[in-house]
Amino acid sequence: MLKKQGMYLPEFEHDNCGAGFICSLEGNKSNDIIHKALQILERLEHRGAVSSDGKTGDGAGILTDIPHELFVKDCPFDLPEFGQYAAGNVFLPKKENQRNYCISVFEKYIKEQGLNILGWRTVPVDDSVLGSIAQQTEPMVKQIFINKSNVEQKDFEFRLKLFIARKKAEHEIYNSKLSESNFFYLPSLSTKIIIYKGLLIPEDIKLYYKDLENPLFVTRLALVHQRFSTNTFPTWDLAQPFRYMCHNGEINTLRGNVSRMLSREALLASNWFGEDIKSILPIILPNKSDSASMDMAVELLLMTGRSLPEVMMMLIPEAWEKNDEMSETKKAFYEYNSCLMEPWDGPASIPFTDGNFIGAVLDRNGLRPSRYSVTKDGYVIMSSEIGVIELEPENVAQHGRLEPGKMFLVDMNEGRIVNDEEIKEDIASRNPYRKWLDDELVYLKEIPYNDCPVFLNQEPLNKRKVLFGYTQEDINTVILPMANQAKEPIGSMGSDTPLALLSERPQLIYNYFKQLFAQVTNPPLDGIREELITDISLTLGSDYNIFEINETHCKKLKIQNPVISKQDLDKIKSYDHPNFKITSVPILYDISKGHNGLEDALDALLETASTHVDQGTNILILSDRDVTKDQAPIPALLACSFINSGLQKLGKRSKISIIIESAEPREVHHFALLFGYGASAINPYMVNEIIEDEVLAIDPKADTEKAIANYNKAVGKGILKVMNKIGISTLNSYRGSQLFECIGINTQVVEKYFPNTATRIQGVDLHQLEKEISKRYASAYTKKSIDAALDLEMGGQYRWRRNGEHHLFNPLSIAKLQDSVRTNKPQKYKEYAEMINNQSKQLMTIRGLFEFTNYDPIPLEEVEPWTNIVKRFKTGAMSYGSISKEAHENLAIAMNRIGGKSNSGEGGEDQERFYKNANGDWKNSAIKQVASGRFGVTSNYLSNAQEIQIKMAQGAKPGEGGQLPGPKVNPDIAKTRNSTPYVGLISPPPHHDIYSIEDLSQLIYDLKSANRQARINVKLVSEVGVGTVAAGVAKAKADVVLISGYDGGTGASPLTSLKHAGLPWELGLAEAQQTLVMNDLRSRIVVECDGQLKTGRDVAVACLLGAEEFGFATAPLVASGCVMMRACHLNTCPVGIATQNPELRKKFKGKPEHVVNFMYFIAQELREIMSKLGFRTVDEMVGKVEKLDRNSAIEHYKSRGIDLSPILHKVEVADDVDILNTEQQDHQLERALDFEIIDKAHPALFRKEPTVLDLKINNENRAVGAILSNEISKIYGAQGLPDNTLKINFKGSAGQSFGAFATKGLTLNVIGNTNDYLGKGLSGAKITVRIPDESTIIPEDNIIIGNVALYGATSGAVYINGKAGERFCVRNSGATAVVEGIGDHGCEYMTGGVAVILGAVGRNFGAGMSGGIAYVYDPKKTFVNKCNKEGLNLDPLSDEAHVLELKSLIENHYNNTLSPLAQRILEQWETSVQQFVRVLPEEYRQALIRLEEENLVKK
Amino acid sequence: MGKTTGFMEYKRVDESYDAVDKRLKHYKEFTIPVKEKELQNQGARCMDCGIPFCHSGCPLGNLIPDFNDNVYRGNWEKAAKILHSTNNFPEFTGRLCPAPCEQACVLGINEDPVSIENIEKNIVETAFNKGWIKAQVPAIRTEKTIAVVGSGPSGLAAAQQLNRAGHLVTVFERDAKVGGLLRYGIPDFKLEKSVIDRRIDVLEEEGIVFKPNTNVGVDVTVEELKTNFDAVLLCGGATARRVLPVDGVDLKGLYQAMDFLKLNNEYVDGLKSFDDIVSAKGKNVIVIGGGDTGSDCIGTSNRHGAQSVTNFEILDKPTEGRPAHQPWPFWPMKMKTSSSHQEGVERHWSVSTKKFIGDKNGQLTALVTCEVEWIFKEGERPQLKELPGTEKTWPCDMVLLALGFTGPGSQLVDQLGVETDFRTNVKATTKDYRTTTPGVFAAGDIRRGQSLIVWAISEGRQAAHHIDAFLMGSSDLPLKDDNDLPRI
Repeated sequence: MLKKQGMYLPEFEHDNCGAGFICSLEGNKSNDIIHKALQILERLEHRGAVSSDGKTGDGAGILTDIPHELFVKDCPFDLPEFGQYAAGNVFLPKKENQRNYCISVFEKYIKEQGLNILGWRTVPVDDSVLGSIAQQTEPMVKQIFINKSNVEQKDFEFRLKLFIARKKAEHEIYNSKLSESNFFYLPSLSTKIIIYKGLLIPEDIKLYYKDLENPLFVTRLALVHQRFSTNTFPTWDLAQPFRYMCHNGEINTLRGNVSRMLSREALLASNWFGEDIKSILPIILPNKSDSASMDMAVELLLMTGRSLPEVMMMLIPEAWEKNDEMSETKKAFYEYNSCLMEPWDGPASIPFTDGNFIGAVLDRNGLRPSRYSVTKDGYVIMSSEIGVIELEPENVAQHGRLEPGKMFLVDMNEGRIVNDEEIKEDIASRNPYRKWLDDELVYLKEIPYNDCPVFLNQEPLNKRKVLFGYTQEDINTVILPMANQAKEPIGSMGSDTPLALLSERPQLIYNYFKQLFAQVTNPPLDGIREELITDISLTLGSDYNIFEINETHCKKLKIQNPVISKQDLDKIKSYDHPNFKITSVPILYDISKGHNGLEDALDALLETASTHVDQGTNILILSDRDVTKDQAPIPALLACSFINSGLQKLGKRSKISIIIESAEPREVHHFALLFGYGASAINPYMVNEIIEDEVLAIDPKADTEKAIANYNKAVGKGILKVMNKIGISTLNSYRGSQLFECIGINTQVVEKYFPNTATRIQGVDLHQLEKEISKRYASAYTKKSIDAALDLEMGGQYRWRRNGEHHLFNPLSIAKLQDSVRTNKPQKYKEYAEMINNQSKQLMTIRGLFEFTNYDPIPLEEVEPWTNIVKRFKTGAMSYGSISKEAHENLAIAMNRIGGKSNSGEGGEDQERFYKNANGDWKNSAIKQVASGRFGVTSNYLSNAQEIQIKMAQGAKPGEGGQLPGPKVNPDIAKTRNSTPYVGLISPPPHHDIYSIEDLSQLIYDLKSANRQARINVKLVSEVGVGTVAAGVAKAKADVVLISGYDGGTGASPLTSLKHAGLPWELGLAEAQQTLVMNDLRSRIVVECDGQLKTGRDVAVACLLGAEEFGFATAPLVASGCVMMRACHLNTCPVGIATQNPELRKKFKGKPEHVVNFMYFIAQELREIMSKLGFRTVDEMVGKVEKLDRNSAIEHYKSRGIDLSPILHKVEVADDVDILNTEQQDHQLERALDFEIIDKAHPALFRKEPTVLDLKINNENRAVGAILSNEISKIYGAQGLPDNTLKINFKGSAGQSFGAFATKGLTLNVIGNTNDYLGKGLSGAKITVRIPDESTIIPEDNIIIGNVALYGATSGAVYINGKAGERFCVRNSGATAVVEGIGDHGCEYMTGGVAVILGAVGRNFGAGMSGGIAYVYDPKKTFVNKCNKEGLNLDPLSDEAHVLELKSLIENHYNNTLSPLAQRILEQWETSVQQFVRVLPEEYRQALIRLEEENLVKK
Repeated sequence: MGKTTGFMEYKRVDESYDAVDKRLKHYKEFTIPVKEKELQNQGARCMDCGIPFCHSGCPLGNLIPDFNDNVYRGNWEKAAKILHSTNNFPEFTGRLCPAPCEQACVLGINEDPVSIENIEKNIVETAFNKGWIKAQVPAIRTEKTIAVVGSGPSGLAAAQQLNRAGHLVTVFERDAKVGGLLRYGIPDFKLEKSVIDRRIDVLEEEGIVFKPNTNVGVDVTVEELKTNFDAVLLCGGATARRVLPVDGVDLKGLYQAMDFLKLNNEYVDGLKSFDDIVSAKGKNVIVIGGGDTGSDCIGTSNRHGAQSVTNFEILDKPTEGRPAHQPWPFWPMKMKTSSSHQEGVERHWSVSTKKFIGDKNGQLTALVTCEVEWIFKEGERPQLKELPGTEKTWPCDMVLLALGFTGPGSQLVDQLGVETDFRTNVKATTKDYRTTTPGVFAAGDIRRGQSLIVWAISEGRQAAHHIDAFLMGSSDLPLKDDNDLPRI
């Protein structure tokens, strides 16, 4: 692994993988299984990436039965019966001396456990197949064979002893300081299975490990895995499979899981281990991947006597909390285990095996594809895609998929597949979990309530408000809206205030932390529409020994929403119960002692807490209630985190839960941090008081409890959103996971109080943090009260105020900028730029801290002309919809005039704009955005782009989606978005076709196919780890990667996100540049930067840090008339920009010239800087960090601690490694099947002659139809070809994105099956999928297309003769589909079109569905329970027109697929029609009525 | 905050006036208040801007969106509290301020701006009516003594702020009553003097000592001042009147506007009889100077019963709307028609007075003007050019000179030995308001030259902070920051 350097931190590497297995149900062993298994990997190669050397794989491996026959033959010693001995590959140091040492240590511990070493075998390998990187770390591989102590020894005991021996050896060797100690590693040591793995590419495994090609090597199972890392420096031991499992996905909660496992270690006790238990710790070795860590947890849990399936249920529970259909037994099992273990949460498909069972589980949200087939000749094959092993259709017994939260298990001993229900019920009924829970678990609401205490001797509220730093704005903008509406307040536009570190105003410590969020490697979640997978309840109390399975674990207090009222807290405080000992500890320090006082108080606090734990306290309340003039509050977050990590170090953390009783937290971000650093419940008592105070001031009879409950609810929802942003669904997992980056606190403080949190540019120390508290204290106590002056400061974070927080855009800077572009006077621009740039007096941004240095002046005339430079400029992605037509087109015209690029944003584009105006102006947006809502994304739209931008995240609200409410969707907007007028539109938080990096790579491939001339741009938001993501994006073959600052604008966002998620671009850009250069990937990709770029100086800094293209959004809007109203979300923009109100739109006075002038000014300012620094072209300037220097002139108490050197770090690389884009990505489109089709389809394409083609297809043929459709769109525009002009029959398993963006005139028939994303963005074509004639499977019981079919389809028709996976028709806005069964989340966010479902329907159907119609065949009347009924009308068919519509669709289905089910339904039409439910969204119904009325008026 | 769609629902409504013939019969204020409900609607027109430019345009830094919101919600008391947190005397500014805030109002970009000033006036009037404005005697006294010289708006504001900080403040006023220009320069029909008295009562009750009829430098010596006070704040205003260097200025019938207005105010106050003042009754009056003072002279002349009133302004006739070089949100020099103008006047622009003509008794009979042209060159001061052949003679009986002020016009400045700048204003910067003499500060027109009441109050407040800091080492008196919109 690369070392930490510059902005790069190795722990933020991600990996995503291909995995699969094949096994023989009957237990037939064969060597062929290995080849088939490896073929699975080869056929999944497109799901991966190639590192810069093009040869070294990121790791691959295979797990099989122990090849007993081979070993018997090949070992120079005798082996007992199969199963009676253990064998394992051992990775050893290359150097003999070190190797011998390792061997001797290992043997010592084996013997210590009383086991017998049978001998060692050298594994035959061929190292000539290794890449150069792999060779450097290649270990010596030997096999060890170990015999039981005696024949009677039980299997379990034998396994235990092997485990202890191995663990002890590992610990001793890793601590030995040997230079090659890291080489020592055992992929497996088992009596059943063995693992061969390494830094190999799949086809080389069998070449490297010669055993695998030995005909004596036979196995009945083979589990394979191929790893794709975002970075290129993986290691041998991190190749998968691991000992019990492998993993495709990402564990988002890893840090919390690992630290809580660590905490649990202190509680571990087991008769089996005895004293040895201490010697196997830590359970989870540090610095391993998420999958490796989880495997180690699995291994330990198996040693507790639990079975592998049970362990998997514990670690990856189903979403049971809100599942009404789940059996009581199973719910009890899950609830019980939630007291023991938090979920390991994140996208995960996890194949696992212990040699007896082989199976797989899928995460609760079903975020990874897992398809399986069972053959009649007794094989089970499972992998991410179908078609990886070609099967004769007549041999197929079943095609299935793994369902969200479900388990799939093959019992090889019994030779059968055990279904999820059976196995889980069996496990869940082994203990009386329900009884245990009923007896022991206490719910907060059950605790009796006496009376709320009166707090005497408190300082007056007004004084406390000041000393805890409350502002008017906190109260009016944050607290009261939540108390009134039970929702988090919304704001708009970006943040242009300084970072906490740079602010002159005293800051709460929370403001130094930024929330992390998911992008690319894992998806954010949608906790609103997919609420059923979320949960924020927590259980409080001591944890217990996980070796024991009994009622003790239930001795907990369960809180449904851990943001609690003071009454709730009081209930807890006075709760008298033998299971709980609750102690309250003040978190105060002696203010007169200043920084030492704070430090000492914290140390003492930890000691106190520790003592209380020793005395049996299991709920610890940290309280700052008792502040006085002399006793100041320790920041609650500091106290909470320090107790959390401090008790962990003392091995006591598991014994207590922490409740925070503090006046500090008021914003969602504060609560998120407290939970993230270990709190289990929080009572914001000051907020309670403030709400009471304010509410009663207006209405003395107001219901204050309700208002407080509203506030608590709003915070709960807000926390959920923060968790969802990083892809976590339960607070139990989020708690303690520390998913934050610190910006502006120095390492000493972070290491002591917030260990394992990234802090990269240093900053304040404890002394300065204390100074901020004492500043507030001074305001509260020593400041004279002046009559008529306001008690509280105004604030000014969200809306500018004098004496408030500084904003870059303020009255004068806006006025100057507007004046300059309107009068085109460079002098006025200079005044503006000076105001923005001259930040030495008012520190605002990181870039403001830099000074240019190393001048090497050249004449200005030698610098490339401004007209060249502006070609690198872009305007930001703002949709028509978020801003008005006038404002949107104004930007497009301006950018087209100067050869820059404007961005359509996520809202489609009226095709009239694709053609130039008579006067030469062009309203076409050069960049077309593809975001999660896929509004208006059609083949024709994509074909008219010069650049296609995939928006992974948005600076203002990374990890969140958006919403355009129905009233804003006027007919014009509906037209460009291919949706129905007045029907609200939702952009989901994730792209439902991007849950991991390999999915992104697929979308890039799809879009590149849809327009080969367009560059593909991936928009990321700056955060720690963005560099590794950018490297992944480069490997996924994006042409441009955009690093956006957190401060970019938005039309609407929760206030928490505006301020607290994401980082300034300076950090992200530097990290991306450094990581890309380190990996030699920079030359392949263009780096773009945006986020409050306002002047030429800003651009110069961005360029020197590594960007070669630049985006501007807020500033050009200001140039067009925006005055930062921050009312975009209200549709009341008074200058006609962010509004659709026709009256307000008339007020738009911007002109293209204004934007052109702005770009001209920026370019000129940049040129002047270039001439000073000595750059003739921008290309010369990219990445030249040596021209930047820390501004030495800054005198500010907090800025002194800043260390910008990581940003200015220059990666040392070989001379031939470029630091800017110099080459094109190789998209390898030439292999696409479409070219073959185009060759054969000339008559259809150019003469519209009906043509029929027959072709074979397999899963490596991806996005079939996209290139073809691009060619059609180029000639015929949106109109396409006449229906059925080109008909193509495919046989086989189609690859992903079959029929993506397929346009009118195409009919694509698949005889066989397809993978994920069928008909993505369908633009008018017809697609049919049916089972082959030879097949005997029952279509409606078998999966024949994958997940997320018809995502963002706008028109066309699809007929599926079988079942579809999860998320069928998500965001469909116009296509018609008939299918014979679907998985979970069907028709989610659908806004138009028709879906007919003739079979089973999964959970959460129609969530967020605002338009279109679904017909569901529901003879068993189960549909109503599967449906997310919010806003949906479920009715029987009554209207004759509806009956006819449905009937004709089913007839079409039959005619296209010969579906027996359709036939049966039609045969008994009179009966069947009664059994259909018509799903009609209420919003859609009203919109249809409104449209009808409008039509009448028109007539 | 605010009603999001208020600005789309409600039109601007201003105070209306009594009919001209009715109001000319008296000297009282003649505005007809807007009803409370309508005022709330006017408050609802405020858009709660992300950047409230008004707040920057207001020299006091009034928290305009915040009080507007409270008016909209009917929380008048809270509105009053917010208003008074930045403005000691909203009842003065609410009547007299030219309202740069409204020129900077975002709604003003393309609609009538929010009627901020009228809202302000109504907040403070409501507050007085409801008895919310009470004397707040400081809890702790510092025993530091401060002399404020001059009782105009800057002196009064500074005095109240300094008193709030616990200092003992004495305000010296050379006239009989305190208030400065407010009392003697502004006619009652724009500001009834009871409004001043009402506030002075509060200030006295708070502990401020007023010494009227006391001309510092004459009645109190500089030495006494220095001995008895820990700090001195000069708030004497700009009283040196600009002169017209032409023939005939000594003729009878020519009066300085300030003399004319002061006498009239004393008459209205009952201190003088109508016979003792300069009367315009039955006269053909020419008012020279097109500013606010000129306007006040017009209104007063008409109330006297002048035969005719004519007004000259040397500058070009301003544009009706904003001039192009003074875009929103900056203060525009545009055509302004005051209520006094509406009461009857003939206005002429680009007119320069060449000489006055008198009869043998030395009584004015006419004046001679010529038309002028202004020549603007970038980076240079505008040049005045007389247009040949445009001379014109205007018969008249009385001329009122409202030409503005050029500086302090006080001997005290010399006696104290404080330095002045090239415009004869007292040298002191807004950084700390210190003059060149230690312990002596200056604020208001005496420092910045003739200006607006709102600036005077603002300077008084700011200066008070710096004096407090000078005396105590630090100050908790509020300051506005330096985010004022500049004049361009």
